[in-house]
Amino acid sequence: MPGVSMEKAPIPENQTSVFVVRKRTFTLVFLGVSAVFAISSVVTDYNVIDGFVAIPRAVSWIAENFVPDKKAWSRFPNILEKLIETALLSVAVTVCAAVCALFSALLGTKTTKINPWIGRGVRIVAAFFRNVPDVVWAILLLFSFGQNILTGFFALFFYTFGVLTRTFIETIDEVSANCVEALRATGANLLQTVFQGILPSSAPEIVSWILYMIETNIRNSTLIGVLTATGIGYMFDLYYKRMDYGSAGLVVISIVALVILIETISNQIRKAIM
Amino acid sequence: MPVLKFQNVSKVYDNVTKALTDVSFSVEEGEFVSVIGPSGSGKSTLLRCVNRLVDATQGSILLDGRDITRADKNEIRRIRKRTGMIFQHYNLVDRLSIIENVLHGRLGHKSALAGAVGHFTEREKEDAFRILAKLGLTEQAYKRCDELSGGQKQRVGIARSLMQEPRLILCDEPIASLDPSSAKVIMDHLSDINKTMNITCILNLHQVDVAMKYSKRIIGITLGRIVYDGPPERLSKSKIHEIYQSSEGELITDAGC
Ligand SMILES: Nc1ncnc2c1ncn2[C@@H]1O[C@H](COP(=O)(O)OP(=O)(O)O)[C@@H](O)[C@H]1O
Ligand SMILES: [Mg+2]
Repeated sequence: MPGVSMEKAPIPENQTSVFVVRKRTFTLVFLGVSAVFAISSVVTDYNVIDGFVAIPRAVSWIAENFVPDKKAWSRFPNILEKLIETALLSVAVTVCAAVCALFSALLGTKTTKINPWIGRGVRIVAAFFRNVPDVVWAILLLFSFGQNILTGFFALFFYTFGVLTRTFIETIDEVSANCVEALRATGANLLQTVFQGILPSSAPEIVSWILYMIETNIRNSTLIGVLTATGIGYMFDLYYKRMDYGSAGLVVISIVALVILIETISNQIRKAIM
Repeated sequence: MPVLKFQNVSKVYDNVTKALTDVSFSVEEGEFVSVIGPSGSGKSTLLRCVNRLVDATQGSILLDGRDITRADKNEIRRIRKRTGMIFQHYNLVDRLSIIENVLHGRLGHKSALAGAVGHFTEREKEDAFRILAKLGLTEQAYKRCDELSGGQKQRVGIARSLMQEPRLILCDEPIASLDPSSAKVIMDHLSDINKTMNITCILNLHQVDVAMKYSKRIIGITLGRIVYDGPPERLSKSKIHEIYQSSEGELITDAGC
């Protein structure tokens, strides 16, 4: 190379090179993960090899038993009815929770500067609702409502409310802090700032999160339905316990189909609004 | 009577960070004042004390002779609606159209509900289009702001502040994110607004040469204190170094002079 002398390039002395540091970190992380894996295998008495060997057996068992037979297809109208019920419930829960979450997010975000103590309170409450899994909510609510559709509704509602409040707060802080400052500087009041600044700038993100939670809730409501004896989850539980695996399999297939359908629709909506 | 008067103003953030210390100056109607100083010296804080986006800790700030440091909510709204503000990052609602952003300048003048639902009078829309024409943005009126270049966005920012019918415009580093030619367009517009509409302008600027070229008065602040207040001609090189706390040869302005 002309112009470049072949002397050694100067490198900082008395400092560990970043390359060495990186190599060391990788090694440590690898060893750490291996150790955790080994320890947990021993503690739980779980044999990895056996686990993997069992997979083909499990798959073939499912393939043999869970294939919908004629009896299963005759139940399809019932399954479809419950499926639609579950889907509608999930949409209703998500929309209700989203409206409440939007209000609490407006109280909770630092962008609106409503009151630092109210803001902190909202964030703590949201964190609590979010960190209790929806299944645990369902178990807790079973005591007060019993095996009832309300139990499932509130279990999903609380969890969704917690998640959406947090994501809405983050969205608002991220996308609208700048324009809110400008609107406040023009003398706009809170209501005007929310409608002219916060909502227009964060609407696509908000809608996208609502769609995502609808998808999640359809999946989760299946499991909650097993606990609360409602909806499509109950159907699955019922057929499964009756050892009518063909019908149970049809339930699973139709849930998967529904989730894929909903995902496809929401991706279309996302594309349209972004 | 001065439009704006700072009397021994201090600002301390969170009881620790001294952003402004004992700042006093006054600005007469129609002045075009540049505030220069290194990052973190308190320029943004100084501007934001005027429209109460930041509350001063001590001292008094007189706007048209009235102390605004103890203003209540209604009074603050009254101050803000006649005080324009222009930002380094434009601070527009990017997903709305240019005309909607310009009309935001009227929010402070409207009822809460009319403003919230975006109901503007024909007169206001006419004014908005006239201002857009003046700034050369007529063609873009219905475009979304995220389709604009930086220089165009800043012109929308100027248009929004003009919609307020301001007496005073505060500009916080209006050209810091712009290329030199867009920056010149923006500075020319601001200078023109100041001269033809007699609107008082206070600008935070990073570029000493721009400040010296456009304004008849420069305020230099360092670590929250005013260390220079006077015309650009008297601003010596050594004074600039004092403001930026640098030594000979460290500043870009040293080159070529
Ligand atoms: N909201 C805030 N909270 C705490 N400290 C702040 C805040 N805003 C500014 N400061 C501090 O006040 C000082 C002055 O900041 P600023 O007014 O932004 O200076 P400049 O605009 O000249 O860069 C800096 O030390 C900065 O870190
Ligand atoms: Mg600043």
